Amino acid sequence: MAKIIVVTSGKGGVGKTTTSAAISTGLALNGYKTVVVDFDVGLRNLDLIMGCERRVVYDFVNVINGEANLKQTLIKDKRSENLFILPASQTRDKDALTKEGVGQVLEELKQEFDFIICDSPAGIEHGAQMALYFADEAIIVTNPEVSSVRDSDRIIGILQSKSQKAENGEEVKEHLLLTRYNPKRVDAGEMLSVNDVEEILAVDLLGVIPESEDVLKASNQGTPVVLNQDSIAGQAYSDAVCRLVGENVPHRFLESQKKGFLARVFGG
Amino acid sequence: MGLLNFFKEEPKSSASVAKERLQVLVAHERNQRNAPDFLPAMQRDIMAVIAKYIQLDDDQIQVSIDNHDQLSVLEVNVTLPN
Repeated sequence: MAKIIVVTSGKGGVGKTTTSAAISTGLALNGYKTVVVDFDVGLRNLDLIMGCERRVVYDFVNVINGEANLKQTLIKDKRSENLFILPASQTRDKDALTKEGVGQVLEELKQEFDFIICDSPAGIEHGAQMALYFADEAIIVTNPEVSSVRDSDRIIGILQSKSQKAENGEEVKEHLLLTRYNPKRVDAGEMLSVNDVEEILAVDLLGVIPESEDVLKASNQGTPVVLNQDSIAGQAYSDAVCRLVGENVPHRFLESQKKGFLARVFGG
Repeated sequence: MGLLNFFKEEPKSSASVAKERLQVLVAHERNQRNAPDFLPAMQRDIMAVIAKYIQLDDDQIQVSIDNHDQLSVLEVNVTLPN
């Protein structure tokens, strides 16, 4: 049975697209047939992060309007057999996504795929609501920072009242993914800790992605960071993917790396 | 200096200030979100009744509903002028 997972946050710039790219690539690497759908109509960016921006021919809105079929529109990822990208339209406005249209496309994707990852636009308006409406599960991407935590709580409220599941009296399973985490600053009392954010939002923790220079490098190159297994951010995303499919993996990178005696002496 | 600092109260870390502010704010916003749709209209009606007898400003009356397991409590808080 295909699972629809929305990656959402309310606030912009916290790492939704980075996360969508990493999680979908990670699922595909684990053998699951996965499609990642860009819902950010007018501000398409998933194609850039996935490194397939020059292969976009048709888009999500073309499919909804019947101007192209899914087979013509889906972009096959060059690195993984199991991964496809459905790009957003760059030229239309957000209202081009209708509930009926989105529902039909997702229904068709469900026949083909194990996982459908919906990359939500920022905000709580139409586009964000379309991205989460059909979701079975939600990954709430949050930075350990006041405005991001507050906006996450808003989007959780919308998941609990305006999703299809909520309308049917069911629940969307929520996962918290804390990104740009800096254990050193947490130790110094300058940043909310994982426990603080979990306590405020009361959502189960899927993973903590440490702040890492590798994330920018990965988007520079159009290679999802999860493919860089030398990177702690890449490793943390791999762990999160395992937890998403039900594996019990301990959390890593929550403590700051204490420099050893030799490293301190020799400045290693 | 060092000794004096030892007895001084440790200033709160900015992270714990952030946590406290968020806990208050999020609780407040969740309450508003769960409030029934008729609440603002009812608040206006209650205001109008009280205003017939007492001169009041808008911010001197608060109406809220708290949901508990078995029951909901309607709380009307009116600050009377001296």
